[in-house]
Amino acid sequence: MSTPSYSVIGTRPIRHDGADKVTGRAIYGADFQMAGMLHGFILRSPHAHARIKRIDTSKAEVFPGVNAVVTTKDFPAVDDSKIVDLGEGNTPLRWARSNVLADGKVLYRGHAVAAVAAVNAHVAEEAAGLIEVEYEVLPCVLTAPEAMKPDAPILHQDLKMKELGETTGKVSNVAEHFRHVMGDIEAGFAAADVVVEREFNTATVHQGYIEPHNATALWNNDGRISIWCSTQGSFVVRDATAAILDIPVSQVKVTPMEIGGGFGGKIPVYMEPVAALLSKKTGRPVKILMPRQAVFEATGPTPGSYMKVKVGAKKDGTITAAQAYLAFEAGAYPGAMVGPAGMTVFAAYDLANVTIDGYDVVVNKPSTAAYRAPGAPNAAFAAESVIDELALKLGMDPLDLRLKNAAKEGTRRADGPKFRRIGCVEVLEAMKNSEHYKSPLEGSNRGRGVAIGFWFNVGLPSSCTLNVTADGTVNLIEGSTDIGGTRTSIAMQAAEVLGLKSEDIHPTVVDTDSIGFTGVTGGSRTTFATGWAAYEAAQDVVRQMKERAAKIWDVPSETVEQAGGVYRSNGHSIGFKELAARIGETGGPIVGRGAVNPRGVGGSFAGAIVDVAVDPETGKTTILRFTSIQDAGKAIHPAYVEGQMQGGSVQGIGWALNEEYFMSGDGRMMNSSFLDYRMPTALDLPMIETIIVEVPNPGHPFGVRGVGEANIVPPQAAVANAIAHAIGTRLTRLPMNPPAVMEAIWQKSTSPRS
Amino acid sequence: MKWFDYQAPTTLANTLALFDSHPGAYLLAGGTDLLVQLRAGRKQTDLVLDIKHVAELNEISFDVADGLTLGAAVSCAQTYENAAVKTHHPSLAEVASIIGGIQIQGRASIGGNLCNAAPSADAIPLLIALSAKCRVASSKGERQIAVEDFCIAPGKNAMLPGEILVSLHLPAPKKGSGASYLRFTPRNEMDIAVAGVGASIVLEGGVFKHARIALASVAPRPLFVPVAGDSLIGKPVNVESIEAAAELAKGAATPITDMRGTVEYRRHLCAVLTKRALEAAVKQAQEAK
Repeated sequence: MSTPSYSVIGTRPIRHDGADKVTGRAIYGADFQMAGMLHGFILRSPHAHARIKRIDTSKAEVFPGVNAVVTTKDFPAVDDSKIVDLGEGNTPLRWARSNVLADGKVLYRGHAVAAVAAVNAHVAEEAAGLIEVEYEVLPCVLTAPEAMKPDAPILHQDLKMKELGETTGKVSNVAEHFRHVMGDIEAGFAAADVVVEREFNTATVHQGYIEPHNATALWNNDGRISIWCSTQGSFVVRDATAAILDIPVSQVKVTPMEIGGGFGGKIPVYMEPVAALLSKKTGRPVKILMPRQAVFEATGPTPGSYMKVKVGAKKDGTITAAQAYLAFEAGAYPGAMVGPAGMTVFAAYDLANVTIDGYDVVVNKPSTAAYRAPGAPNAAFAAESVIDELALKLGMDPLDLRLKNAAKEGTRRADGPKFRRIGCVEVLEAMKNSEHYKSPLEGSNRGRGVAIGFWFNVGLPSSCTLNVTADGTVNLIEGSTDIGGTRTSIAMQAAEVLGLKSEDIHPTVVDTDSIGFTGVTGGSRTTFATGWAAYEAAQDVVRQMKERAAKIWDVPSETVEQAGGVYRSNGHSIGFKELAARIGETGGPIVGRGAVNPRGVGGSFAGAIVDVAVDPETGKTTILRFTSIQDAGKAIHPAYVEGQMQGGSVQGIGWALNEEYFMSGDGRMMNSSFLDYRMPTALDLPMIETIIVEVPNPGHPFGVRGVGEANIVPPQAAVANAIAHAIGTRLTRLPMNPPAVMEAIWQKSTSPRS
Repeated sequence: MKWFDYQAPTTLANTLALFDSHPGAYLLAGGTDLLVQLRAGRKQTDLVLDIKHVAELNEISFDVADGLTLGAAVSCAQTYENAAVKTHHPSLAEVASIIGGIQIQGRASIGGNLCNAAPSADAIPLLIALSAKCRVASSKGERQIAVEDFCIAPGKNAMLPGEILVSLHLPAPKKGSGASYLRFTPRNEMDIAVAGVGASIVLEGGVFKHARIALASVAPRPLFVPVAGDSLIGKPVNVESIEAAAELAKGAATPITDMRGTVEYRRHLCAVLTKRALEAAVKQAQEAK
């Protein structure tokens, strides 16, 4: 594939929403105001597992300033067996609802039980404290291995385990056990000269977006519901709210407000249906803001996990067999991201003999949600730690071992798909050729680690409308919430087709009534899929502009050519702006439409190189240098691609070193604040270096792959490998915080503890 | 958070009279602890008294005879930007600059850090090491409390109902003195000490003439360890004397296991940090010559 030359793509224009953001004019969900608006507060469970015996809301209802109180009884009655799609797969309606307002049982501390609407948030909070809930506290279970034991407390009596695709009648905390098999695993290990097998544990971690969840709803007298909220997917909020309230989707309009971070955690609905119920009861708009503690306790973190990985190789480094056992904590309802973990765990390798077992296990923690390549970082931490140890045992450079076994076009993954053109080898080569990897690392208690990771990315439908204005600019209408600069990366693709500058396109993200269906901003899909919709819409504009030029020149429209925004035919020529000024006289408005459901998704590989220093007296790890390397396919706006790589790297480092849900035995998260949930700050990190690799995705007009996620997959393993080399012993549990590293140093040392 | 009234008296006498007549009131200096506690429902009150407008509580002055006077409402930023503090008590300037982030430091006061009486408070071990005294006043009169006696339990201080902290008083440093507070935090800022050590020493001819050591986060209150400091007096500055003091500090610690660290790890850190704090104090004393 020859490299096409672009005039807009690959440049770094100023983002369209920049001025609003830096001047504080951008309107976030919490900023939303409306006349007559009430404020809601949600009462949450103090117990991790309990039966609700009685709820008495009478005192709250008569508290001065209170307008309404709701519980799960306020949902309309529906058939228990109804299945709904909430954007992340099919869920029984009763589970979707009971996560929003508990029904019969609370399954995690922070589980919403009731809600109050009042004249202000303080009155609502005080009144919520007057709601009497009688609980029968039940034993709780907090980890996958514990929840899988035969005598474990059962969360759902109606959850029947699915075993290798078959529904069993067995009531279990294991929602599903799946297995991917390729080749003969026993023969593979028998052929190996060296085998490494390790067990790994990772803690539950949160995305840690700065903006808490928020929702305002107005259930109007005509039966239509309007919702304003911060979400990664306005159509998902529409569909999920309609499903939970059992009304048609046409009755709900969702206006996505500006969003202060999501990383996957702002896909599910939590408060939107509750605000709607409160609005229905009061006839007034109701706004609910989620406190930070509830964000930690009651939204969707990423699963904690228990994993076993075993890999065997010949002396020359050829991997002969790879086996993984993955047990992931789904939280209160099934849906741990163990499926993606199984798809990605060995994706970087061309293997003959593989077995992967995955278990989706419910525990008494909040229901997990997506978090940037969900499942893949856990799996890569395990697999890439084992690969690193294998390289050490074989005496091979860890990148050479990976290159020797690297996946390439035609490689089949154990979960089925065969790779099309991918950039695994190119990423590994870029790592090996990097200045960072070639530079020496000197000094005691220092170590360098590398790792590679994969995320498959997704497609999903997207829509885009372009309106040509008389001054020669174009208004771009789209439905993708912008969490990573996608307004601009989408506008740039339209500009490229139209031969305009990025600044000539004015992108706007609109409500669900005003644009065609558009899937979530997630799966690294937005620049890929909505960008493609913009590409199609721009082609539609070009086609119509050609017709107008043809009309002016009285030539057949097939003879009109467009390049760089100039239309030519038979010696005539006219620029886009000049032609735009004449659309009124040549037939009226020009509206370009793009609606896509793309199939040509291109997965992305990312690598990490990290140098660390470990304080041997305190166990504290300092990141000295970090380089993120990723295949973007084609970097539409390289600065935003670098930003994604840096962001994913930083989140991976935090996950590796300090972040965790620190749980008490009775299921209380002890560190539900940003003070004690230790995400790294700017003072904890060096500048994250980036190397963009471009192996174009043949499935996209510009070669885009999507870059939002793969970058968070390798850092945890790379940091673990670096620490192992710094201290001479390996940690297999995340986070690798100072006490854990100190403990490892003590365990390794034969001398008595100081 | 429930509704409460707010008053901002401008004289010490008015403040004391209001506080006397409203025993349930809370005093607000920076509010960086109080507002968080009120919002989280850990404290409830009908009245918040803002003390930032009272002159005595905003004083920051130094003279050789009386040493440093630091009003209870003086912010961390005002403390570390003060020329006298920087010159005479650089360790206090340093500790004021590690409490919270920049925004917090513009509001939070050293006096408030003390009154909040958290076992993990960063300023308190250093104040103990520096032999600070608290000037406490009520409508009935005034008294002085040594900082090491000020905190009595987590979140509880030795003041009686109606008493407020007016100011802190630190003796002027003697020739050959050095001091340091070191804490261990997994993050480099915006974090609570897993363990912390304040050390103050006076050297004369390469020998410890005076030494005080106090610990953070390893007991129900900031812990003064006289035995550790006393062990140094008369000893030469060397690895042995410092490590012996570090072991004594470690032996005095009675930490708990929680989300910030285990008993074993925290006791280990006491020894590491005492050694490092003493080394830093010695370096400061030697460089000041």
